[in-house]
Amino acid sequence: MSKNKAKSTIAPHKKGWLKLYLTTSWQLYAMMLVPIVYIICFKYKPMLHIVIAFKKYNAFNPNLSMWDMPWVGFQWFEEAFRDSLFWKSLANTLILNLGDLILGFPFPIILAIFLNELRSNKIRKATQLSLYLPNFLSWVIIAGISSQLFAASGLVNNLVSALGGSTVPFLSNTIWWRFVYWFMGIWQSAGYSLIIYLAALMSNDPSLSEAAYIDGATRMQRIWHVTVPQIMPTISTLLIMQVGKVVSISFDRPYMMSNALVTDASQVISTFVYDRAFTGHRFDYAAAIGLFQSVVGIVLILIANQGSKKMGQEGII
Amino acid sequence: MNELNTKQERRYQILWSIFFIVVSIIAIIPILRVVSISFSSKDAILKGEVFVWPIGFNTDAYTKALKTGNFLGTLWYSVRLMLEASAINMVMTILLAYPLARRSLKLSGAIMTFCVLTMYLNPGTIPNYFNVRDFKLINTVWALLIPGAMSVYNMIIMRTAFRAIDESLYEAAGIEGCSEFRIMWQIAVPLTVPTIATLALFYAVSRWNGIEDQLYYINTSSLYTVQMTLKQMIESIAISAEEGSTTQMTPDNVKAASITLSMLPMLIVYPFVQRFFTQGIMLGAVKG
Repeated sequence: MSKNKAKSTIAPHKKGWLKLYLTTSWQLYAMMLVPIVYIICFKYKPMLHIVIAFKKYNAFNPNLSMWDMPWVGFQWFEEAFRDSLFWKSLANTLILNLGDLILGFPFPIILAIFLNELRSNKIRKATQLSLYLPNFLSWVIIAGISSQLFAASGLVNNLVSALGGSTVPFLSNTIWWRFVYWFMGIWQSAGYSLIIYLAALMSNDPSLSEAAYIDGATRMQRIWHVTVPQIMPTISTLLIMQVGKVVSISFDRPYMMSNALVTDASQVISTFVYDRAFTGHRFDYAAAIGLFQSVVGIVLILIANQGSKKMGQEGII
Repeated sequence: MNELNTKQERRYQILWSIFFIVVSIIAIIPILRVVSISFSSKDAILKGEVFVWPIGFNTDAYTKALKTGNFLGTLWYSVRLMLEASAINMVMTILLAYPLARRSLKLSGAIMTFCVLTMYLNPGTIPNYFNVRDFKLINTVWALLIPGAMSVYNMIIMRTAFRAIDESLYEAAGIEGCSEFRIMWQIAVPLTVPTIATLALFYAVSRWNGIEDQLYYINTSSLYTVQMTLKQMIESIAISAEEGSTTQMTPDNVKAASITLSMLPMLIVYPFVQRFFTQGIMLGAVKG
């Protein structure tokens, strides 16, 4: 309010004000110069190179400017739609992401709800501390840990054989490998989501739960009818963000977790692009696949955002 | 609430406390397992006797891991690179976030849109690769520093922190004749130290853990960070017949030793900086 008032008193002397604005603000614009140049050069300029998806790249003449390469139109897209490996990568991307969603999404919510019921702050802190730690390990390290855990001589198989079972091929069978992939994903990321949900739970109004208790509600009734509805906005925001990203997959995780025996399950879009470009020198084809993924990704995010607005939640964009 | 004192409630609290202690321990077991394998003897590993504490304690695996591929040199290079990246990132972030936080900046809204759009329009791996090639950064250390020199997401968090400072403070300093650089450096930055520390840590961690850009842009092993070296070590560990018979080395414990050495810096600093990391999530969540 006071700001508006100040503006209106300044307005009559507009000329003087403009002079003052320029004498001080040029410094602000000067500060931004380097970051803005960076954004233009490394965020916007690469978009020009998307034309490679519509050109023919010559592996024997790699320094040819992209403008001099011959146009091929939508040839690479047509090739991709006929390429069974492309469809397999797309299917694997969807399977791995949906598994993360179904197995990984509810876990931190359940943990957070019951952790919130605990009165001991020490245990709450300790759980957060130990669950959040794997979030700071790289996928190289996590893949190394996972092979130590799930190899034929690993910890899990030791336990299985101690219980009288036979060795489980966790890392060589495609179906088991997916579970290892999901499990390590939960291990890596549960702590992060746990902290978000705990923060949302902390901001809940405790008097609602107390009132329900006095009215004779059991603990489960209170959790289900009082606690959960209060963190619903957080849950739906995170859910929408994850659904919107269902066709995009990080590179590090599938690339590092994969091994030669399970490529049927582990080849995803990001690793497929990498293989085609950097091993097969087919940068044009790889760029086309990458562009397809980006476009579908943006469309899904927009749909998810609209969906969340329809459901009465705040959008994510 | 008298709920606290009922017998049933006490039993509930104890049971769930035990449950969460078990969950915390399970979360740590994978790390303990790797560390204990790295210190265990060959026989114990082959017989599957090792659980989550070392059996037949020895450090042969570490001798091998440290000898292979100049591990200590790589570690030192990675730490330096991490600090440089974090510093560059932070300077860029502050230089953009501070002007955009000032309410007197006329073009603030337009420039924000210009920045935020890049969060949704990712050109993709291949266009980025050709762009980095255009700037002649391939196979230089700059390829690991410049393309990721700023995160727009973190810039928005920083801007929010600068916005929380009362505008009249900036105005007063301006009237006193302070230049904008000085206002930023002597007023805005000191008042946002917790946010700056948190973001600098996040930048440092992402540089420390990053491997993707090295696979795309780097071919020279002298420019590889500890993550890439670890990846190569895990893929190509070889124990000679002589080493196998005279020492306690096995591929398993040498791999475990390399993994432990690469985790070590993070494990050491984690307890001290964990509070900043937790704070970092909140900073993001407020906006999200």
